[in-house]
Amino acid sequence: MSGPGVGWYLIVAAALFGIGSLGVMLRRSPLIVLLSLEIMLNGANLALIAFARQVGDLDGQIFALAVMAVAAAEVAIGLGLIVAMARRDMALDVDQASALRG
Amino acid sequence: MWIVWFLAAGACLGSGIAVVSMTNPFYSALALIGNLASLAVLYLLLAAEFLAAAQVLVYAGAVMVMFVFVIAYLGGRADAPWAGGSPVMQTAAVVAAVALLVEVVVVLGLAWGDELKDPAQVSDSFGSPAAIGELFLTDHLLAFEITSIVLLVAAIGGVVLGTTHEKGRP
Repeated sequence: MSGPGVGWYLIVAAALFGIGSLGVMLRRSPLIVLLSLEIMLNGANLALIAFARQVGDLDGQIFALAVMAVAAAEVAIGLGLIVAMARRDMALDVDQASALRG
Repeated sequence: MWIVWFLAAGACLGSGIAVVSMTNPFYSALALIGNLASLAVLYLLLAAEFLAAAQVLVYAGAVMVMFVFVIAYLGGRADAPWAGGSPVMQTAAVVAAVALLVEVVVVLGLAWGDELKDPAQVSDSFGSPAAIGELFLTDHLLAFEITSIVLLVAAIGGVVLGTTHEKGRP
């Protein structure tokens, strides 16, 4: 394969995962936390696809596709929770939602 | 190839940092669309054509539209100033993120020398929709079916969470 080797892609994947985890841990807005979670999932996806290319096996790409579907499901539920929080006039702050009572 | 990789990786990391650091969630969502698009370029470089297309269609298209709709619905309430926890917690978060990064890089560095040297030779059909579809409907049929159930449950859950109960009615 001409161009950068698989290791370079893995470095990008690791950096994306780090950036995403920083966002999940530092930010307080559930919206930003969800967006950062997407970055983490995409970092993992990039690593899966890079390894699939390395070993020449499509199973890694299938796994990445499954991760994409799970991410879509997670966004649907997460956004539903955020809208429900807003309807109940809660502040959009993950610290306020520490007790999951109705 | 190197130039394309460099541009895509730079855009990817830059927009990732933008997503995490923006105060206005609308800009964060837009930055995430850029992040996903540049990731699709990286997928193309890794011979994953179908996944690159799915990334743009499903992620940058459908999922992000949902995000932008919710952010627009919330309006000014969605603003996210940088009010973090206590300084100790913030420092701990940064330390934990850096530790994660260092761990991954160390593991990669150990494997870099010999195992990551020569990528396998792949045919032109590697990562094509036909190859992915064939694998999905033969070897990974169970995963395919379970994925559809997960999406169905998530859709129903989203509807249930979004339904309002008026007072006095069940």
